[in-house]
Amino acid sequence: MSQSSTEVTRQKEQEPGTGGNFKTSVGARHGWDRFFTALVFAATLIGLAVLGVLLVDVGRQGVPVLSWHFFTSLGSADAENAGFLPAILGSLWLLGIVLIVAVPVGIAAAVYLEEYANDNWLNRLIEINISNLAGVPSIIYGLLGLGVFVYIFGLGRSILTGGLILSLLILPVIIIATREAVRAVPQSVREGAYALGATQWEAIRHHVLPQALPGALTGTILALSRAIGETAPLIAIGAVPYMTFLPEGLLSSFTAMPIQIYNWTGEPEEAFQNLAAAGIVVLMLVLLVSNAGAIWLRNKFQRRN
Amino acid sequence: MTVETRQGQGSGQNLWRESRARNVRERLVRVVLRACAYVSILTTFGIVFVLFGEAFTFFQDVSIVRFLTETQWTAGFATTPEDGEFGIIVLAWATIFSTIIACVVALPIGLGAAIYLSEYASAGLRRWLKPALEILAGVPTIVYGFFALTFVTPFLQGTILPGIQIYNILSASLVMGVMIIPTVASVSEDAIYAVPRGLREGAYALGATKREVATKVVVPAAISGIVASFVLGISRAVGETMIMAVAAGALAQLTVNPLESMQTMTAYIVQVTSGESPRGSLEYETIFAVGATLFVMTLLLNTIAYWFVRRFREVY
Repeated sequence: MSQSSTEVTRQKEQEPGTGGNFKTSVGARHGWDRFFTALVFAATLIGLAVLGVLLVDVGRQGVPVLSWHFFTSLGSADAENAGFLPAILGSLWLLGIVLIVAVPVGIAAAVYLEEYANDNWLNRLIEINISNLAGVPSIIYGLLGLGVFVYIFGLGRSILTGGLILSLLILPVIIIATREAVRAVPQSVREGAYALGATQWEAIRHHVLPQALPGALTGTILALSRAIGETAPLIAIGAVPYMTFLPEGLLSSFTAMPIQIYNWTGEPEEAFQNLAAAGIVVLMLVLLVSNAGAIWLRNKFQRRN
Repeated sequence: MTVETRQGQGSGQNLWRESRARNVRERLVRVVLRACAYVSILTTFGIVFVLFGEAFTFFQDVSIVRFLTETQWTAGFATTPEDGEFGIIVLAWATIFSTIIACVVALPIGLGAAIYLSEYASAGLRRWLKPALEILAGVPTIVYGFFALTFVTPFLQGTILPGIQIYNILSASLVMGVMIIPTVASVSEDAIYAVPRGLREGAYALGATKREVATKVVVPAAISGIVASFVLGISRAVGETMIMAVAAGALAQLTVNPLESMQTMTAYIVQVTSGESPRGSLEYETIFAVGATLFVMTLLLNTIAYWFVRRFREVY
């Protein structure tokens, strides 16, 4: 690369004055071009290759363990009997809470910021604050949950605490995605609604939101899959290593798929590693399906525009 | 404001009926939506309150000078503030060291992928590659941790690094590098894609090859966005938890040997919280002091990235 760049400089220096002495060294430069193309193509593939190796490795270890017993059994200290059911149900509970809490609040906040908020210091603060919150490490949310929800609010190490913390964690993601979708709705749609006598909320409710829905939905699904895979904050608030019973309600103690995987990974016996791999297979399948769904939705939406 | 305009137009018409209920509803909706937007402020307030409140209690037992100057971290064995050492540098160094290794992997590869996607890939290929990178970004970090521990470490042990320990910072950091490739690639690609076409065409007209256009015109033009993507990637690496907790082990030591176990700040918090640490105990307070340090570090990085992104937006 350095060689070719000096050639280019030299060539530039020579260009103005000398007429016949003009050298372009096209051959060498095209050689570097081919090399560079290969390099950046390889860079693109490396990540995907690792993803491929990861999936194959986990599948090889995990798929043989998948059985009816694995999906229907409770947690156990002994690998033979251990199952994934409490973790699956725990994740479903958490997902339910996040759906009820984070999705409406996130969409509402996004609509407020895009449609209602004036440009004053408070709203600018909210905006900067949201982009900062999106970058706060998830383990910090866990400490927030531990300090505030578990102890100060007295919710304990419960499903409710876990769900609320995950909701706060993905709220910025939902807000940012929804804002973009709302912003993309043409102004004329709102004006058309106003012209027919709609109030601001009626225009938003019946015209802006339905148009922004696919975009918002895509962002929301991606945020929800992040919530399903999130581990660190749940460990911090004290999800239990394994459950010999099923979660009973909002204040029940709980485990979740990633927590169960983490605990199995930490066990020295190989049988547990295989269980962890099986858990990962289940988790990854759920995420692949939901992410593919989100991407499909977005592509469909983009093509229509 | 819209309400007034509408009333002005509608007054005097039979078709238009004044409705108090509608106005009340409008105002109510506005209040509810605004309250939802304030949740984010409350969240930040809660985080700052919890982290710095508990950290303050900790610093009354262990002075902030000790926290910053001691060179060992033995909080796990300490029952009183006097018989332990609380040098944050041990955990912070592990975090920085792992971040450096991850960046060596992720920054060039991420930028390369961004250049390929924006400048070289055909539209059809792009439509497949971008979602694939997004899927890579969507892999939960616990899965990466498992992969580092059960595949990468044994692989390195069996091939080029027989001396590597089961728990080591190298595998964890390499895998973390792979994890942040999509972050770097997608933010960089946005910046590169935003470079006006005219710049490229001008360079082509002067006889530049495609590589020369990409590396000497497009990349410099997008540099603030690219730097922002690097800073965001670094910030994610600093805050990454599960890969470190699973694959880098729990040995809090100050070393530069990547083949050994080191404990990052995040991994320390996980280690303490997965055990029983009653509220008010010294160990309980340490995690908030560590958390506060981590929060300040990532906040700083995110602010830098935010500043760069805004700058890059203003260029064109």
